[in-house]
Amino acid sequence: MSKLGSLGQRMYRGEISFDFVGRRKTWYTISAIILLVSIGTLVFRGLNLGIEFKGGADFSLPNATCTVESARGVAETESGGQAIVTVTGSGTVRVQTETLTPNESSILAGALADACGIAKDDIKYQVVGPTWGAEISKKALQGLGVFILLVTLFLTIYFEWRMAVAALVALAHDLLITIGIYALIGLEVTPATVIGVLTILGYSLYDTVVVFDKVKENTRGITGQSILTYDDAANLAVNQTLVRSINTSVVALLPVLSIIVVGALILGAGTLLDLAVALAIGMAAGTYSSIFVATPVLAQLKSATPEMKALATRVRARRTQIAKKTGADSVDGGDVVFSDSLSRSVEAGERSQPKRVSRSKRKRK
Amino acid sequence: MATPVRTRPWRLLSALLVVLVGFSVWAFFPGTDSSIRLGLDLQGGTQVILVPKPVVEGAVITDDQLAQTVEILRQRVDGLGVAESEVTTAGSGADAAIVVSVPGLNQDRVVELVQQTALLDFRPVWSVFGPTSTTPTDADGAPIEGAVSATDVEVPVQATENSVEFQTEVAALDCLNPTNYSGGTPDNPEQWLGTCDQNGFSKYSLQPAFIKGTNVTDAQAQLPQGGVGWIVSLEFDTEGAGALATASTDLSALPECGTGASPCNAFAIVLDGVVVSAPRFNEPILGGQASIEGDFTAQEARDLANVLKYGALPVTLEPVDVTTISPTVGQDQLSAGLIAGGVGLLLVMVYLLFYYRVLGVVAGLSLVVAGGLLYVVFIVLSKTIGLTLTLAGIAGAIVAIGITADSFIVYFERIRDEIRDGRSLRQACDTGWIRARRTLLAADFVSILAAAVLYLLSVGSVRGFAFVLGLTTVIDVLVAFWFTHPLVVLLGRSNFMQRGSRWTGLDPERLGGVSLADAMAGQSRRKRREGSA
Repeated sequence: MSKLGSLGQRMYRGEISFDFVGRRKTWYTISAIILLVSIGTLVFRGLNLGIEFKGGADFSLPNATCTVESARGVAETESGGQAIVTVTGSGTVRVQTETLTPNESSILAGALADACGIAKDDIKYQVVGPTWGAEISKKALQGLGVFILLVTLFLTIYFEWRMAVAALVALAHDLLITIGIYALIGLEVTPATVIGVLTILGYSLYDTVVVFDKVKENTRGITGQSILTYDDAANLAVNQTLVRSINTSVVALLPVLSIIVVGALILGAGTLLDLAVALAIGMAAGTYSSIFVATPVLAQLKSATPEMKALATRVRARRTQIAKKTGADSVDGGDVVFSDSLSRSVEAGERSQPKRVSRSKRKRK
Repeated sequence: MATPVRTRPWRLLSALLVVLVGFSVWAFFPGTDSSIRLGLDLQGGTQVILVPKPVVEGAVITDDQLAQTVEILRQRVDGLGVAESEVTTAGSGADAAIVVSVPGLNQDRVVELVQQTALLDFRPVWSVFGPTSTTPTDADGAPIEGAVSATDVEVPVQATENSVEFQTEVAALDCLNPTNYSGGTPDNPEQWLGTCDQNGFSKYSLQPAFIKGTNVTDAQAQLPQGGVGWIVSLEFDTEGAGALATASTDLSALPECGTGASPCNAFAIVLDGVVVSAPRFNEPILGGQASIEGDFTAQEARDLANVLKYGALPVTLEPVDVTTISPTVGQDQLSAGLIAGGVGLLLVMVYLLFYYRVLGVVAGLSLVVAGGLLYVVFIVLSKTIGLTLTLAGIAGAIVAIGITADSFIVYFERIRDEIRDGRSLRQACDTGWIRARRTLLAADFVSILAAAVLYLLSVGSVRGFAFVLGLTTVIDVLVAFWFTHPLVVLLGRSNFMQRGSRWTGLDPERLGGVSLADAMAGQSRRKRREGSA
């Protein structure tokens, strides 16, 4: 078995336990700093919007033989405005101008083809009117709104409203970070980026649902015992699903990274690359937030309820009592009571293995 | 077995086999086209997104007007004769957009074509001919050298007067050729016009228009009381009514059309260069209200009324996004997408194999089955609803690899949890499934929800992506329920897995068969130790 497997085993048993929930202030601080940087760059730098959003014309000239200067010259003469010329990937020259009429763009494409020694038919071009971008953005925002409404409804019915709130906090966290990184690096925002960001919505929530499902399972009937606080049970759930979270992230990121590598090598900039970059950032943020943000927020919300407060008091009282009453040797006695009541409380099923196993463990010692 | 769950693995596997074979037969049925239709970004071509704006400021575009606009655009685009051209709409009312996609390289032509407003006019018929092309011949019946043949004629045939040249061209016009009767090229109403009817049944020589489409104020399909069949009633504005009164008075006195007489007593309704209908004037029409009688079915009458009402489009089309992709770039994108998908799939399989051993093989097989199912279902959808594969769709499928593999990971981790809780392998495969199933359904539901919302509220490439994402999520559920789970259950019953080995990925020794309670006990013990220290 690989190391991760035995790590999983030890985490499942609680031998190794990362305190995700208890140290929430640390995670919140880290997230807050990242979010502040994100929002800051977003406000001060803004996003580098593609022509699909602000309008304009974009010509891709594969295997062009002309220089950047000559292409710019041709483009500025023909379009009568400023032109941005860049070289991307394998000798593809990209020319961007302000928005043109279809006729003008056809003429410019012809002129560029002549100047750069390629066939006009090989030129890929796109012309977008200035109002269209606003429509696309409006549609994307509408979609976002409807989706969030439906998901909140679903999560509230399937789990409870606190889980819905925690999941949405994590979602907002992922989206802000992704958009913030776009602003920070100055990556161009295209419709493909929007697709990527919208997919992150689904992915981030999907990831959170898996962890919350385990939390829900671990905390069923939790008020009927006094060993675990909600925080403990939630933290155990995160630890128990941690291996799955890591595996899932690796498996989800592998294809995305292969798109980035293949896309960058073969195509240069394009739909695939834009999409994959947004996804890679969002997925990484999504995995982080389902562990470090969603569950701590949930535990915090949940612990504030009267039942959970009462439970926490009971658990504290019991722990002090045990600590007072028992010496170092009688730990096992405490454990027996502990396992019995817990197996009842989490409905782990009827069986007598726990005792047997713990005895065999003692033998091994 | 006395477990509460009784999985019947073979039954589930056969269910999947039935689905897989069923779709495969449908996809590869002999004599049908079993290829995946490629989107413009993969095969090259031009896409124009048009936003319809009402001619009158502040007016609302109705669904009827939109449908009529799309119909006219479709006729024009079909007139190009390029296979797989598409005209689709997204949204409605003020948010409506029309997407015209034409594979191939007609970018300039496409833009020019879709930007024209449809032209409807009414012309007096000069004469009616059979649809075939007639070329002047010499005494021996051989075509005269230099004479106009069918291939020389450009549709629509137009001339400023009824010249000999015009007449020969009309004679040479071949109305059996679909390109010539599918329309799409608006005619100049001031000139003579030689054209076909929209079914290619006959050929007309027409005089300059006497009424323009804009003169029509209303048109309705009606079933008159006591009448035999459907009629189309028409109303004209003052200018139209005057022109109609004059023309109908003149024309109704002329001889019947089709008897070789020219001019004759019919008028032709011409839309975008082809004759939609050529009714005869029975009597002078003086009130600005007319009705067209014929052997119309309800549908035909409604179609004609729509043509008359919206023929001269009450909308202007503004091209907001014109994209042209060359076939070579499309080919590159396709191969890059496929390579990225292949590499991604391979990496995921290697990782799963490394981590889950025998279970990793099951996961790998499941991914292959899911991929195969996606392939055949895609072909079937290409066939039935004309689904096209776009680059965004490929990206959706590649992203789905991760989400599909995650279903297996959730299940496998659950089995491991059950074994750690001290259950036997057999039981663990079943009880682990019950818990994993719930998680899977909840998580996949969120995924499908996202896909559905994206699909319904977006335009263009986002839609293709959302569709594939939704489709793969459904396939993911299907494969997890009908393939992965039964296969794991069968494996769990096999001797190899029962014996336990480090290759199974589920070795209780290595996983540590302990309970959740023990897990917490360990933690609390540690905590207490820390506390007392």
